[in-house]
Amino acid sequence: MAIPGIHGHHSRIVARLPKSPTGIDGFDQITQGGLPVGRPTLVCGGAGCGKTLFALSFLVHGATRFDEPGVYMSFEESTDELAQNVASLGFDLPGLIEKKKIVLDHVRIERSEIEETGDYDLEGLFIRLGFAIDSIGARRVVLDTLESLFSGLANESIIRAELRRLFRWLKDRGVTAVITGERGDGTLTRQGLEEYVSDAVILLDHRVTEQVSTRRLRIVKYRGSAHGTNEYPFLIDEEGIAVLPVTSIGLTHAAPSERISTGVARLDTMLGGRGYFRGSTILVSGTAGAGKSSVSAHFVDAACRRGERCLAFEFEESPQQVVRNMRSIGIDLQPWVDRGLLEFQAARPSVHGLEMHLSRMHRAIERFRPRVVVLDPVSSLISVATQGDVQATLTRLVDYLKMQGITALLTSLTHGRTELEQTDVEISSIVDTWLLLVTLESSGERNRGLYVLKSRGMGHSNQIREFLLTDHGVELVDVYAGPSGVVTGSARLTQEAEERAAALAHEQELERRERALARLRAAFDAEVASLRARFEADQADLATGIDEQRSGATRLRDDRRAIAERRRADAAQSGNGRRQGDESD
Amino acid sequence: MEPNFEGQVLRLYIAGQTPRSIKAFANLKKICETHLTGKYRVEVIDLIQSPQLAAGDQILAVPTLVRRLPEPVRKIIGDLSNTDRVLVGLDIRPAS
Repeated sequence: MAIPGIHGHHSRIVARLPKSPTGIDGFDQITQGGLPVGRPTLVCGGAGCGKTLFALSFLVHGATRFDEPGVYMSFEESTDELAQNVASLGFDLPGLIEKKKIVLDHVRIERSEIEETGDYDLEGLFIRLGFAIDSIGARRVVLDTLESLFSGLANESIIRAELRRLFRWLKDRGVTAVITGERGDGTLTRQGLEEYVSDAVILLDHRVTEQVSTRRLRIVKYRGSAHGTNEYPFLIDEEGIAVLPVTSIGLTHAAPSERISTGVARLDTMLGGRGYFRGSTILVSGTAGAGKSSVSAHFVDAACRRGERCLAFEFEESPQQVVRNMRSIGIDLQPWVDRGLLEFQAARPSVHGLEMHLSRMHRAIERFRPRVVVLDPVSSLISVATQGDVQATLTRLVDYLKMQGITALLTSLTHGRTELEQTDVEISSIVDTWLLLVTLESSGERNRGLYVLKSRGMGHSNQIREFLLTDHGVELVDVYAGPSGVVTGSARLTQEAEERAAALAHEQELERRERALARLRAAFDAEVASLRARFEADQADLATGIDEQRSGATRLRDDRRAIAERRRADAAQSGNGRRQGDESD
Repeated sequence: MEPNFEGQVLRLYIAGQTPRSIKAFANLKKICETHLTGKYRVEVIDLIQSPQLAAGDQILAVPTLVRRLPEPVRKIIGDLSNTDRVLVGLDIRPAS
């Protein structure tokens, strides 16, 4: 088998070094593909750091997922012990051995039964390993823990010479190898194995701070490949080993312009009329009992109604408690849980270190693939870490969620005595929308208020709204600005009643005037009608009179003409040619 | 071998006919003839030819001389150039 790729002298050329995926969640991401193909990698760390599990995961995943059979040469644990240890992770070693996917060889060195006399080499080990590799066509090899040779054999100079030969031999065979080493005092490995491995060195660390355990992984060296030098938290649980790859994420995430409802109609209105941005991060902060969980429940409910998957991390309440409490304000989340749209992950902050929380959340998100994530409340994480750590952790989580386009709603508890606009966790800079729930005290009452402290990229209301928790959810109502500030609660109710009364009086006055106008119009119309009637009567009378007079005058003229004719007078002929009808109307 | 053989049952593992293998075999032959006259059986296994046999006797180093009988199993690694240590390893001479 030839070694693929180019040798690592020119780091720029070997940027595309072929990688062999480990199948370990997250690890292949931070190494951009896994371990260097055809080369040995040293995995070192103290006792119980997870070296063996790392190595075994690499081998089992190779055999089951990447069609690369592997040889596991164990210098410490016996074949049976190994099989038992990993059976709980779902690794069926006996089955894989049966199917010739994996060969396990337990190398036992009992110093008490060995006598050394004269010159020797470790060709026996090479032959054993070579035979195992050939028997199944292995592409991967694990040597765990090679350093046992030093305790089993006396001649250190022979061991060192042979180790050098072994690493070269592994490269010549073209197998991708993982060699584990016990961490030494001030050195990566007790026996300085790092001296022989020039390609990749990975350090695992398991530390306990204030009774909280944290596992971290660091890539000390990876020749020919870009890699983060940060410490990455990792965890070991029933699903195996997982590395959290979210330490160094840049601000490269997309910024979708899609908007999604907050679940509260008036809150949508306050946020430019259309709610949150998809993929943004929302912080809801407030004092105890201010209604943070209700705001988040509305959001979850709205998302589930859209058919989106929601993952809610609860740090203070059990899922049952959350469901029950939200029912009291008319939000029933249980159907969403039943339909698999909503999943709760509840854990007390103190059960894990911060990194472990982050890892678990990361893993849950990877598995459940939600579109909406809720963390309720992030402030309780302070109990397991310092503020700086919490901030760093949340920044990483938020960056990760943004990369995934997941909309996140974080709640944070502020204490009554601290400034309103100051969250315990100084995370305001990483959130896009910040809703503040405040308690407004006046007239011997405490009432809830909500305002939008900031909301990037959208016009938003600058007004405080009174925030009511009713049996059908959150309601936002206008607050009244009185002489002594905003008016809420019963003062607002009084104000409202007064305004209602005034409005009613106003309405009644209007109606009265309208009625008066109607009456006036009716009177006017009656007057007009009677006038017209009189006019018509008079007109008729007058017309009759005129006619009578006109016909009287005509008769008179005719009579006069007749008299004149009779008297032979030549009287004036005026009006002689006119007919009677011309005078009429 | 016969079941009630009471001598030493020995196996010498080598990896090819290297000068070291040849030296080890010569040293072994001399020791056996000198100290175990007639009371031994030696089997030489070349792992180059029979690599599958390396795991059974937990062989890492070559040459390795394994005393399979009598119990307990003893291993002597190296070219057997130090006769005293070989004799101690075979329980023929007590360690001093």
